[in-house]
Amino acid sequence: MSTPSGAETIFIRGGRVIDPAHGRDETADLLLVDGVIQAVGRLEFTAPCRIIEAEGLVVAPGLVDMHVHLREPGQEYKEDIASGTRAAAAGGVTSVACMPNTQPVADDLSVIGYIQERARQTGVVRVFPVGAITKGLQGQVLTEMGLLQRAGCVAFSDDGRPVSDSAVMRKALEYARMFDALLIQHAEEPSLSGNGCMHEGVVSTRLGLAGIPSAAESVMVDRDIRLVALTGGRYHVAHVSTREAVEAVRRARQERLPVSCEVTPHHFSLTDEAVIGYDTDAKMSPPLRGGVDRQAVLDGLAQGVITVIATDHAPHDEENKRVEFCRAANGVIGLETMLPVTLELVRDGVMSLSACLAAMSYHPARLLGIPHGTLAVGAAADVVLFDPEESWTVDARQMRSKSKNSCFHGRRVKGRVKQTIVGGRIVYTDEGR
Amino acid sequence: MSNLWTRKHLLGMAGLSREEINTLLDTAVSLREVNRREIKKVPTLRGKTVINLFFENSTRTRTSFELAGKRMSADVVNMSVASSSVKKGETLLDTLANLQAMNPDVVVIRHPESGVLEFLANNLNAALVNAGDGRHEHPTQGLLDLLTIQDHLPLLDRDSFAGLVVAICGDVLHSRVARSNALGLKTLGAEVRFVGPSTLMPSQAEEAFGVTVHHRLEEGLAGAHVVMMLRLQNERMNSPYLPSVREYAEFWGLTRNRLRLADPKAIVMHPGPINRGVELSSEVADDPDCSVILEQVANGLAVRMAVLYLLCGAGVRR
Amino acid sequence: MSVAFTDELLLTSSETLALIDSLAARLHAERLGLPNPEARAGEWVVIGIRRGGALVAERLWQRLCERLQVKIPIGYLDITFYRDDLDTIGPNPVVGETDLRMDIDHKHILLVDDVLFTGRTIRAAMNALFDYGRPERVELLVLLDRGGRQLPIQPDHVGLVVQAGSGESFKVVDKGENVHVVRRKPG
Repeated sequence: MSTPSGAETIFIRGGRVIDPAHGRDETADLLLVDGVIQAVGRLEFTAPCRIIEAEGLVVAPGLVDMHVHLREPGQEYKEDIASGTRAAAAGGVTSVACMPNTQPVADDLSVIGYIQERARQTGVVRVFPVGAITKGLQGQVLTEMGLLQRAGCVAFSDDGRPVSDSAVMRKALEYARMFDALLIQHAEEPSLSGNGCMHEGVVSTRLGLAGIPSAAESVMVDRDIRLVALTGGRYHVAHVSTREAVEAVRRARQERLPVSCEVTPHHFSLTDEAVIGYDTDAKMSPPLRGGVDRQAVLDGLAQGVITVIATDHAPHDEENKRVEFCRAANGVIGLETMLPVTLELVRDGVMSLSACLAAMSYHPARLLGIPHGTLAVGAAADVVLFDPEESWTVDARQMRSKSKNSCFHGRRVKGRVKQTIVGGRIVYTDEGR
Repeated sequence: MSNLWTRKHLLGMAGLSREEINTLLDTAVSLREVNRREIKKVPTLRGKTVINLFFENSTRTRTSFELAGKRMSADVVNMSVASSSVKKGETLLDTLANLQAMNPDVVVIRHPESGVLEFLANNLNAALVNAGDGRHEHPTQGLLDLLTIQDHLPLLDRDSFAGLVVAICGDVLHSRVARSNALGLKTLGAEVRFVGPSTLMPSQAEEAFGVTVHHRLEEGLAGAHVVMMLRLQNERMNSPYLPSVREYAEFWGLTRNRLRLADPKAIVMHPGPINRGVELSSEVADDPDCSVILEQVANGLAVRMAVLYLLCGAGVRR
Repeated sequence: MSVAFTDELLLTSSETLALIDSLAARLHAERLGLPNPEARAGEWVVIGIRRGGALVAERLWQRLCERLQVKIPIGYLDITFYRDDLDTIGPNPVVGETDLRMDIDHKHILLVDDVLFTGRTIRAAMNALFDYGRPERVELLVLLDRGGRQLPIQPDHVGLVVQAGSGESFKVVDKGENVHVVRRKPG
């Protein structure tokens, strides 16, 4: 019953099966054969196979995180594909799109090929590379988007930096449109951010830290949307954090422009107050914003303006985090806390469970053009089983990621991944702690 | 006694209660007497080691702490660390691990970046005194200013800080002195105004500190009992912050004429060093009827002695 | 933080004042009032140790001046910064001001404290005193001597010798004119 790929026949019995792609939310069974979903519904299956009793658990499509930094190649001391994909599996994530700001930059076929090869050798979840928009992330010369896409890049981004030059961004959108490729913009006007290291507001004023105004994000989103209108290129705002940017995306979508955006769990659940005490694990780009911005992001999720939740999983070692606040690296890890923190949205009445799951699976998969994030019969058997009621306390030291820079360390959360299945292979089982 | 000093560190004015501030000020008042004697030394901190660790040049503040330690009979060691050498490999934690090995009782730290003291407090055993971190806080300056103002309350016909109007004027954005003063003054019940050009005013200062913000000096000075002028750093000039010294002095400099808008008995303060003719005219700075700048320096010494005294015994459980 | 204790009146206000008065009378008779050139009133300075000693010194000084028909100088000493117990009991939250405006070089100092116990306070006070000058001689007057010395220090003038039970302390309580002495017992 085991195939050479390691995929077994698995019968998942009696769980609450939620498949946002098909509006399914019911108690049902799921049959996985040869790495694909064979059947969903009330099933009679008696052949010998692995049986998972899923009563009390939610059975959902494996999560798709379209914004992850796996750090390989170049910064394997922070994370590598082996550890990053294991962290993903522990978080119920079965597909990750990895950002190109590696060393060397993923702007070339050889680097993309290397990442794919390493993912095959050492990864436990699906890894989809995002290629750079410009060579070396320098914001000047376009990469070979056509070839890179053919090689497997699911989107393009200079993430970590914006494409700052308006003419280059216009050309990139025009060029990407020919291949129907998605451009993901880290929207931040660098001259407005200056040497800021947190959100500009009451807290930055109290702490005496140079601030980054909300306008640094919205100025660039506004500009880009004008360029989308001009070029028709597909445009996605990474980690949106401000009210003005959400409003800009809302207007663009009302105008039927090919514009979308994502938000991270930390941006919708925390504010700049988390920086008090100069906690470098609350330092990221864009910064945690004020209460008004956070509410706007929640409204954007509730109203379907923000369709994707992605982690911006950004591992950093202690040498880059246990330093003065201003010198500390930007970013936090998030793969292993994405699901429970997002479930707070259900608890708080912001979104339904099905909508949350769609934002973490079906929607990003569609944007990236990958056939995942669904429990359709015939689809790859990428499945997550989680207990939506189990409470636990986040402990960064227990995480699979090589780095421990979680802004949720110590947070009491609800919802625990019990099992993660990729292509019919069980890649994570909760041992119970 | 309810007003015991129990804090291990003095990281800032933020969070200090009215009672704690008063304990610090009362202790400083008692210690001022030591500085007036022929033998300006008490044996209180004999055998204690104070390290002055300055990542930023400041002869005045460092000397003040050094003298404070010595007048209390502590052993004082000065260490200047150029920020560049910190950049070159040796991390702040390494520097401090070295310090730790010397087992000091108090480490006085000045650093160009905000929040460094909080970072170190979590990683070191010694008591830490913030001698200025970035644009965050400079609590001993705040305390010495409070003490100076307190001395002048009777001359201002007031018996407490309640209702006292203090105008803090100039480059508030980059000023740790403004922050520490605003926090302390508000805790003691004073009314605080931030006065300065909009490019040098921090975001949402009203909400952050409970102050009022004024962009015209005349408006900010009106009826003020205390006028605290801040130093304008040269590097702010010819930048997007300010077009020129001439323009700044014209609109933001304190002259005798402008001072007439304040309370007739108003005192003028400045943390030093003064840019004469820029933020403060010499006729005001040198006028003994209003300028209390030299009193600030004397009080600085007493306040720092008080801080060292209280911190050296604060680890004791009672 | 508050430790339970009970106060028991040891000396009423009038008893306290009478005790101080008798000390003044004795000093006048035996020391300051004599025609002895070494002990002329003009050479004497009364110095009270804050805080309890200052209360006693002030009243004693008034009585003395009345008897001598001349105002001799009085000063106050706060010995907080000379104590040797910062590491064991921590900083004193209330530090009084030392007020010694007179020259003490070559003077006869009458050092006044309320209760003499271990002797450490007196040790600290003498160190403090010598930072201000070099007195000719120093005599120690205490209202109560409760024994329990840890240093070789003995008073020259004592109001009352008392026996102290374990954990007990004695306090001079100042209620304006109404100074009295209590025995403070734990529990």
